[in-house]
Amino acid sequence: MAQRPTLYVQVVTTTGEVHAGEADEVLAPGSEGQLGILPRHAPLMTTLKVGALIIKHAGSEETLFIGGGFMEVADNRVIVLADDAERASDIDEAHAQEARRRAEADLAQDRSDVDRAALTGDLERALGRIRVAEIQRTRRTRHATPPPGSEQ
Amino acid sequence: MATAREIRRRIRSVKNVAQITRALQLVASSKLRRTQARVLSARPYADELQRVLIHLSHASADDDEPSPYFYSDREDADLRLLQQRAIKRVGIVVVSPDGTLAGALPGNVNRKALAFAQEQKTAHGLTDADVRFVAVGKRGRDFLVRNRLNVIADFTGLGDMPKSSDVRAIARVISDAYLSGEVDSWHLIYPKFVSSLIQTPTEIQLLPVQPPEAAADAEVVKHDYIFEPDAGTIYAALLPRYVETLIYQPLLELVASFYAAQFVAMKSATDNANDLAADLNLTYNKARQAAITTQILEVVSGAGDQ
Repeated sequence: MAQRPTLYVQVVTTTGEVHAGEADEVLAPGSEGQLGILPRHAPLMTTLKVGALIIKHAGSEETLFIGGGFMEVADNRVIVLADDAERASDIDEAHAQEARRRAEADLAQDRSDVDRAALTGDLERALGRIRVAEIQRTRRTRHATPPPGSEQ
Repeated sequence: MATAREIRRRIRSVKNVAQITRALQLVASSKLRRTQARVLSARPYADELQRVLIHLSHASADDDEPSPYFYSDREDADLRLLQQRAIKRVGIVVVSPDGTLAGALPGNVNRKALAFAQEQKTAHGLTDADVRFVAVGKRGRDFLVRNRLNVIADFTGLGDMPKSSDVRAIARVISDAYLSGEVDSWHLIYPKFVSSLIQTPTEIQLLPVQPPEAAADAEVVKHDYIFEPDAGTIYAALLPRYVETLIYQPLLELVASFYAAQFVAMKSATDNANDLAADLNLTYNKARQAAITTQILEVVSGAGDQ
């Protein structure tokens, strides 16, 4: 049997390339629902919402925070044009919590519609970052101390 | 002839100036290198976005003649950015540096902006009142205000690393003015970074969006895409981002151009100061020699008198 092809994943933002490399599977936060991309996926174009992009390759996982954007899949190439992207390991969780508090406090006040839209976006991004950071943290502790009984 | 002491004072002050301009020259050259790296790192996003828009315009057209304007009759606000209208009012974004000591760079940009405004006025039969300006950077803003031109917004203090929120704010102002019908076409003037010696003031059209076209010889692979939610919505989501990259790239190139121009200006200032110091040194030595000669002559003639 021919070797199973792999995906080539590229995550770019306006300021630069955040991730580029091979992958066996990509999980993306599509605007219409969570998407799983495997090699030989049909050509696809979709918008992305705020969430976690998980790239699996050779048994390891890379989690990235995506602040919305766009994804194209064609010929085993996955291109993510992100409005904002950050590796889970680079996320400053305290900073994100602070951004969340600020956005929530501002939202509690009376604001015009434009401000509300911008603030809701801020809040969504802060929450997304926190969630991705949490995914990363739980995975790291799982690796460090296997839960009891997992040896059997 | 100036006295030796006066000349010595001038030499000291010229050398001080040379020291300062030399320091600025070094700072500019290191900042230029960092900025060039930033210009390069912004390229993948712009390239990929352009490629995707080309794909999208091909994928959407059922007939053989692919057209990006396929979507332009949809009601989505963002897709109206494609609509071409009769031009009754023109908008010009002038991208100039905040800082000074950059030689002719700001002047060149401002001159180009005026020339372009003139061009548009004759082409569409407009008056001064029909031309709106958005100033990015203090040098352009001051110039436009001094000339009593119609500045509807100004953005200054963007620094060496323009943030995406700054870019979005600029895009918002011009898109709003376009969608409300206040301005029928938007252009941007910026100093294109050609090389560290050459920065050319360049004009690009922002709105209505001219969708990127594939190069004539490039072969576009036609995929049978699945769209989520649908092609029009995706196109509408990508267009404002495309406008943002059209603004972002010039902002980065402005920073590179500014430091390149500053480097060249400071280098010639340093060279001039050093030349001047050398000249003054020669004059000083001559003056000193002349003084000594006079003194000797005085002593000798004084001795002869006795």
